[in-house]
Amino acid sequence: MAQLSCEKLSLGYEGHEIVGDLTFSVNAGDYLCIVGENGSGKSTLMKTILGLRAPMGGEIRVGDGLRRNEIGYLPQQTAVQRDFPASVREIVLSGCQGRAGLRPFYSRDEKKLAADNMEKLGLTALSGRCYRDLSGGQQQRVLLARALCATRKLLLLDEPVSGLDPKVTAELYLLIERLNADDGITVIMISHDVSAALRYASHILHIGQRVFFGTRDEYLKSAKGGAAT
Amino acid sequence: MNQLSLYLRFPFVQYALIVGTLIALCSSLLGVTLVLKRFSFIGDGLSHVAFGAMAAAGVMRLSDNMALVLPVTVLCAVLLLRVGQNAKIQGDASIAMLSVGALALGYLLMNLFPTSSNVSGDVCSTLFGSTSILTLSARDVWLCSVLSVLSVGAFVFFYHKIFAVTFDEAFARAAGTNAGLYNLLIAVMIAVIIALAMNLVGSLLISALVVFPALSAMRIFRSFRAVTICSACLSVCCTLAGMLIAIAAATPVGATIVAADIAAFAVFSAVGALRERNFL
Repeated sequence: MAQLSCEKLSLGYEGHEIVGDLTFSVNAGDYLCIVGENGSGKSTLMKTILGLRAPMGGEIRVGDGLRRNEIGYLPQQTAVQRDFPASVREIVLSGCQGRAGLRPFYSRDEKKLAADNMEKLGLTALSGRCYRDLSGGQQQRVLLARALCATRKLLLLDEPVSGLDPKVTAELYLLIERLNADDGITVIMISHDVSAALRYASHILHIGQRVFFGTRDEYLKSAKGGAAT
Repeated sequence: MNQLSLYLRFPFVQYALIVGTLIALCSSLLGVTLVLKRFSFIGDGLSHVAFGAMAAAGVMRLSDNMALVLPVTVLCAVLLLRVGQNAKIQGDASIAMLSVGALALGYLLMNLFPTSSNVSGDVCSTLFGSTSILTLSARDVWLCSVLSVLSVGAFVFFYHKIFAVTFDEAFARAAGTNAGLYNLLIAVMIAVIIALAMNLVGSLLISALVVFPALSAMRIFRSFRAVTICSACLSVCCTLAGMLIAIAAATPVGATIVAADIAAFAVFSAVGALRERNFL
């Protein structure tokens, strides 16, 4: 049973279809990169997977013990966040909100989970610092730690390296690869950067005029993949 | 000083101080969220709606203004939030429409159906609060206390959710938090507080009560909790100081409170700037 499978999915706005007949599935431990031009519907697909918007047609199923609100999401940064007065600890802990349900306070276990994830991403020393004073790469690691608090199984990353310099980008890719390889966390990542996608991903989903889904090697063999590299 | 302690023995002055403190506390708690969510104008728009409702209540000669002002303001808060999501008319434009419309109609009503010979005095006191804070009844104080306790209670109970929805609504929705419901809660709470604050500072000055303490606290503090606590304390202090000065020096209450808030903002900004350059 796949963790996430989309069948004959059709996406779009107000009756205007952007992507149609999209079928793919993601198994535990996969590293899927979703690539495609601007406006091809990558972000729409991600929002649909998260249940933030309804598909125009088709179906999304989660399985393998995964629940819909157990997907760790790393959204693109918004303008509000850039000058938000919140400490690193407060933000990472807010990743536990799905677990806490209606309970007004976070339990000891949830606080420990947040502390462990901060440790894992090297944020412990920064835990009292203000989010807006951090560098772009540190901010992304904070949001990644928050996403890890929401899931143990599946991470959805929306252009995690946009706006970062090459060195920090490489570090973040390495971190994500480690989470995938060492902790067995499934990764679905939207990316502009096809060459990086080909370096790290096990599967590629290309959406646009023509849709491709398959393993990285199949993508490289296909004419489209050959043209992209 | 002696004069002040004499004044403090009057029950209506004590009522005013109690209500002022409660309103200052509630308005500042939500102020942080409103400022950060870029909702400041909703507070401003709602205060004008409250003015229109107050004028209508006066014309209808209701014995209790709040019976009309409170539901109308809450209803408009809910409407503004819905409209903002549908976005047929842009969010800020719809707020401008609603607030200017309510202001104009309120003034028109007060002129067409004057309740006293001094229309401009009535308008002025509704806009700037002037003396209405000193004419509260024991019932007004009770109503205000109950609603304040409910607001603070709801804020504390949903504190983590409000933080999550303020910081990142998309993530909160993905994690299964009903963000729409919490936005609605925030809007209803702010509407209730604005209706209450009409008596304290008048409708034109309410936004200052919401925005200034939050902005001041954000100059210095670096975590959401510290900002929230600081803004609550600061707001209560400024309001009490403003009211005492207004009573002692016979200045308009609302304007004096806002002046105290502005002074605090100047001090906090200066300290924040010095700290950034490592002088402190």
